[in-house]
Amino acid sequence: MDNSVFFPLLIVMVLTTYLVRAVPFVLFRKKITNPHVRAFFNYIPYAVLSAMTFPAILYSTGSVIASAAGLICALVLAWRGKSLLIVAIGTCLTAFLASLVLMLPIF
Amino acid sequence: MDFRRGFHDGLAIGLGYLSVSFSFGILAVRMGLSWWQAVIVSFANLTSAGQVAGIGIMSASGGLIEMMVSQLVINMRYSLMSISLSQKADSSLNTAGRFMTAHFITDEIFGVAYSRPEKLSRSHMFGIAVLPVIGWTSGTLLGAVCGAILPAIITEALTIGIYGMFVAIVLPVSRKDKAVMTVSIIAVVLSVIFFYVPALKDNISSGFAVIICSVIAAGAGAVFMPKEEEING
Repeated sequence: MDNSVFFPLLIVMVLTTYLVRAVPFVLFRKKITNPHVRAFFNYIPYAVLSAMTFPAILYSTGSVIASAAGLICALVLAWRGKSLLIVAIGTCLTAFLASLVLMLPIF
Repeated sequence: MDFRRGFHDGLAIGLGYLSVSFSFGILAVRMGLSWWQAVIVSFANLTSAGQVAGIGIMSASGGLIEMMVSQLVINMRYSLMSISLSQKADSSLNTAGRFMTAHFITDEIFGVAYSRPEKLSRSHMFGIAVLPVIGWTSGTLLGAVCGAILPAIITEALTIGIYGMFVAIVLPVSRKDKAVMTVSIIAVVLSVIFFYVPALKDNISSGFAVIICSVIAAGAGAVFMPKEEEING
């Protein structure tokens, strides 16, 4: 990636991420008790991860079908409470095997 | 003493980060970053979802405002963790100490630091952070290098790994907490609409789409399903 694109965006990214952590750490010494505000902070990471994963996961490998196979594997393993590493390995492996199958001459 | 105990606490986090950041490194080079750019992003940000969104904006040559707002929204949860840690800080975490250690507040480091019964000191914070920072940065390096040298069919399959991890973070919590499940489903439905409706896809970048979807979903959850209890990371 061209450095003239990379560095300005990197600096904004790093500063924002740092200040989001540092400013409340330094300034706030009181707890947030409002249940609506607490709920918003609690839900936001799950909302972000969900929106970032779907439908992007379907286009993350070379083929939508192989990605869908990986997605199904991820859903099954995660539902069963497997660790991040196991889910990741299973997802990659399934997508890989599916893409191999798709390369067979019958498709 | 505090440092050593923290260092020990950080071991499991560091190992976990190694695998997540490996997936991030793979994704980063697939999105057009060089290996050293991926490593700088990881070392300087120390956050997973924020970085994935961030490199997406970089690869689309997005705007500075878009980058700022996306990091603000995606990393907003750290503000709440900072406020919670603030209650536990001892006198070694004075203003300078807080500026020095704020960078290390991640979901997992917060979880460990907050779960300890005693007060939190500056050296404890540094101790917990050492191995996670090393794991996060070196995992990114390994992923980026592998992404650059392995054949396409393997790196393409590995790219899906980080999304698999995102599923593994959200689904077990959703299963136990109906409110989180509802918020996640709203976010997915909105995200699918933003992706497939041409009028939205053509005019709104993926970075802004994530911001809009997640703020609406979490906002609806906050209005209709407020939380009274303590949040633990």
